[in-house]
Amino acid sequence: MLTMTDEQIKKAADFFTQEIARLAGQRSIRLMEVCGTHTVAIFKAGIRQLLPENVELVSGPGCPVCVTPNEYLDTAIAYSKDPQVIITTFGDMLKVPGSSSTLAQQKAAGADIRILYSPLESLEIAKENPDKNVIFLAVGFETTAPLAAATILMAEKAGITNFYVLSAHKLVPPALRVLLMSENSRVDGLLLPGHVSSMIGVKPYEFLIDEFSTPAVVAGFDPLDILQSIYMLVKQIHEGTPQLENQYRRIAPPRGNEVACRTLYKVYQAVDTVWRGIGNLEGSGLGIREEYRSFDAKTNIPVTVEVMKEHAGCQCGQVLCGTLLPTACPLFGKTCLPEHPVGSCMVSVEGTCAAWYKYGAGRWQG
Amino acid sequence: MCLAVPGKILEIQDLLATVEIGGVTRKISLMLLPESKVGEFVLIHAGFAIQAIDEEEVRKTLELFKELEEYADHDR
Repeated sequence: MLTMTDEQIKKAADFFTQEIARLAGQRSIRLMEVCGTHTVAIFKAGIRQLLPENVELVSGPGCPVCVTPNEYLDTAIAYSKDPQVIITTFGDMLKVPGSSSTLAQQKAAGADIRILYSPLESLEIAKENPDKNVIFLAVGFETTAPLAAATILMAEKAGITNFYVLSAHKLVPPALRVLLMSENSRVDGLLLPGHVSSMIGVKPYEFLIDEFSTPAVVAGFDPLDILQSIYMLVKQIHEGTPQLENQYRRIAPPRGNEVACRTLYKVYQAVDTVWRGIGNLEGSGLGIREEYRSFDAKTNIPVTVEVMKEHAGCQCGQVLCGTLLPTACPLFGKTCLPEHPVGSCMVSVEGTCAAWYKYGAGRWQG
Repeated sequence: MCLAVPGKILEIQDLLATVEIGGVTRKISLMLLPESKVGEFVLIHAGFAIQAIDEEEVRKTLELFKELEEYADHDR
């Protein structure tokens, strides 16, 4: 959408990087990019290398696959062993390790697991397989959850009775609250996920200013969007005026997408949920409302789940809170590799460890 | 997972739209953006239009970025 010549991009980038360095001065500044899509965009554009050493970017808990706990994976894996079940999922869930297996291993062993582009494809699969139960692995934040809600409403309208959802949806604002309350996390400013705000708008983040006085900018995903957002944060820090700003107005209007939010909360309600490595957070997940329970896999399809085991030594929890860099984890690049991930942060292409491993080579290898 | 791409709406039938995404056409659902019109640019995520792209804001962002060129030049 942003048509600019290379020369124009370079000059705008020069302006932002020079101003970021000037405004930061000697101050040590630690900014968190909350969203995994930002993490990848930042690495791809080489933005870390453009910043002065005293302006640090740390990744946050915004990779949905990374924060999905073992228990969920173990449940999905248990369902995949049921010959009456077809699992439908986004591709990045396949390699996430559960306690003793992955969905990819189950698929290789013959389980019927299908990778989707859109959750709506689950309904076609359900119609084509009336004697099977189709379970959609509903993972994702506020950007993705309304799509699952819409799919449930479509299923209801079409009278499809063999479609179910296993929900692990999570909400961004409650996680940020817990993060900022934690004593260990020193975050001077937040780059907020622009596509979450295309749905929820900007208002749900007002508490960042009111309660924590933490500068925050809703940010887009082009390299210049990210540089401008960092510049806006550093400017706020320099001037001592924490604000909630919106850099991504072209996609994220102040009120978001009200139809999508209404759809979401028609089907789901906020519930407590477990984040991998972080624990149970109050009101930070989405559960299916009573009226739509007939689409809830857990309520309708009995399953025996094996006892959970967390992987010893995995530091994903601290990595997800931005308190530990991937390189400081003893498993990183040794036993935990993209082809043999131990922790979820190494699995998803948007996982902090996977991004560090893929793009950080030459910097962390020393 | 929050990856989303812009596309242009070519055709609408009920709540199903044909969109062009970088030269490729695809069918997407307008359930979450029912007010969309042919010719508009929308943001697409996993088979759904999730937000209209505000072309006025696109223009403003571009203008701002292009203005910075002059500032960067002044600094030298």
